[in-house]
Amino acid sequence: MDSTIILQTTLNGLMIGGVYALVAVGLTLIFGVMKIVNFAQGEFVMLGMYVSWALATFVGIGPYPGLLIVAVIMFVGGWLTFKLLIIRIIGKSDEAFILLTLGLSIFLQNITLLAFGADYLTVTTTVKDAAIRFGGLAISLPRLIAFGVALVMVAALTLFLNRTDTGRAMRATAESREVATLLGIDPVSCFAVAFGVGTVMAGIAGVLLTPMFYVYPGVGTLFNTTAFIVVVLGGMGSLTGALVGGLLIGIVEALGGTFVSLDLSQLFAFLIFLAVLFVRPSGLFGRSA
Amino acid sequence: MLDVKAISAGYGDMKVLDCVSLTVESGEAVSLVGSNGAGKTTLLRAISGLVPVWSGSIVFDGQDLGALPAHKLPALGIAHIPQGRGVLTQLTVKDNLLLGGYVPAARERRPETMKMVYDLFPVLREKESQLGGSLSGGQQQMLAIARALMSHPKLLILDEPSLGLAPIMVEAVFEIIKTISGQGVSLLLVEQNLAEALAVSTRAYVLETGRVVLHGASDELANNEHVRTAYLGI
Repeated sequence: MDSTIILQTTLNGLMIGGVYALVAVGLTLIFGVMKIVNFAQGEFVMLGMYVSWALATFVGIGPYPGLLIVAVIMFVGGWLTFKLLIIRIIGKSDEAFILLTLGLSIFLQNITLLAFGADYLTVTTTVKDAAIRFGGLAISLPRLIAFGVALVMVAALTLFLNRTDTGRAMRATAESREVATLLGIDPVSCFAVAFGVGTVMAGIAGVLLTPMFYVYPGVGTLFNTTAFIVVVLGGMGSLTGALVGGLLIGIVEALGGTFVSLDLSQLFAFLIFLAVLFVRPSGLFGRSA
Repeated sequence: MLDVKAISAGYGDMKVLDCVSLTVESGEAVSLVGSNGAGKTTLLRAISGLVPVWSGSIVFDGQDLGALPAHKLPALGIAHIPQGRGVLTQLTVKDNLLLGGYVPAARERRPETMKMVYDLFPVLREKESQLGGSLSGGQQQMLAIARALMSHPKLLILDEPSLGLAPIMVEAVFEIIKTISGQGVSLLLVEQNLAEALAVSTRAYVLETGRVVLHGASDELANNEHVRTAYLGI
């Protein structure tokens, strides 16, 4: 086997893994603070892709210049979803949350289908086919940008959580709602911020993916599964775990897809997932219960 | 300052507090004693808004607490150290303290308060970048008290501060509580260690199965026949 191909494939996987990590970090943030899994996270990725596509198609703003606009739209969308829907079931059972977010996921897919049809849409950017070459390897520019932006977003989130009062309040709420309340922190507003930021993460991931993926109503399901695997693999609630897990799944999928079969690439993600959980049931960076 | 009037409260259908009244005047130290299950913790939690109050009223500084969500209370000057200390184990000592001064009024004075608190508890300065969970039980109690002081409380509520501590730490903790009380902070203290509780407080309430059965000056209660047989075992 040619070592250049292995290296090249690993590199491609690593780049896409950065985007998986971004989606998973958003999911982890919501899970960590609220202790609930958002099953509509993949659909927020899909919506990010559509907003990005709409901006490029109707307004003429490309994915990268439009990043900030999409981030703002997604934050407002996430915040409204929280205020209109999620807030009603806080303190209720986990089942209520699963049903609500699953329902939201189906609703979002179908409303997009109704609005834009089932066609596969594409967004073209000037950098779509550009690549950076070195030593026989090549990285396509959209992948590199996706990787870079994803890492910057994760770093920014980490700084936010560690260095700001709101971030500390969110970590306090994640550990104990009651103690947070006794310190004068409103847990529900922390939930709102976590949900909003988690949605932004997914939306940005969507934007970063549009130059590489087709945009269609069902595209989110791809990321729902992957993000969920990454979150559990990394250790529920651990941001570092989500980051490392995302990169790992990206690489494993790419290697499996290239050397065995492209159709089976997700199978390898599941295999590594099971293998890791077999050795470390609480995930790579999870705290054992 | 704190005026609890005839409150009843509980969990689900189970009534834990039955028409309990209690007052804490400004600068006063009041202790709440009684055996396990008497409702002491529930009373403190009802005051802090963590347990819904079924009937009666709780007024603090002229404000009816019943109308406020629990997270608004610290801004009024109420600091509550829950049973088990409530240290955030996954956050550093410093982050715990910074969150102690989370309410806007305290946030403005945070750097100087932090310095004051570190001078009072030098061990916390040494360990400021360690996780709260890595501290010993006694150090965690110090951190809990220090964190409460970060908010410049008018009323400090302490739930079993000596629980699980070595005797020497118990002494140290009560020394600090005395100091805080001496600085004019009102105290409401629940404590199993009756002798220490009565020594640090000026007045005390005895709670039995959700009702106040006795109240009065701490030194009088310490000599009361019923209290001596029921709680001091002498």
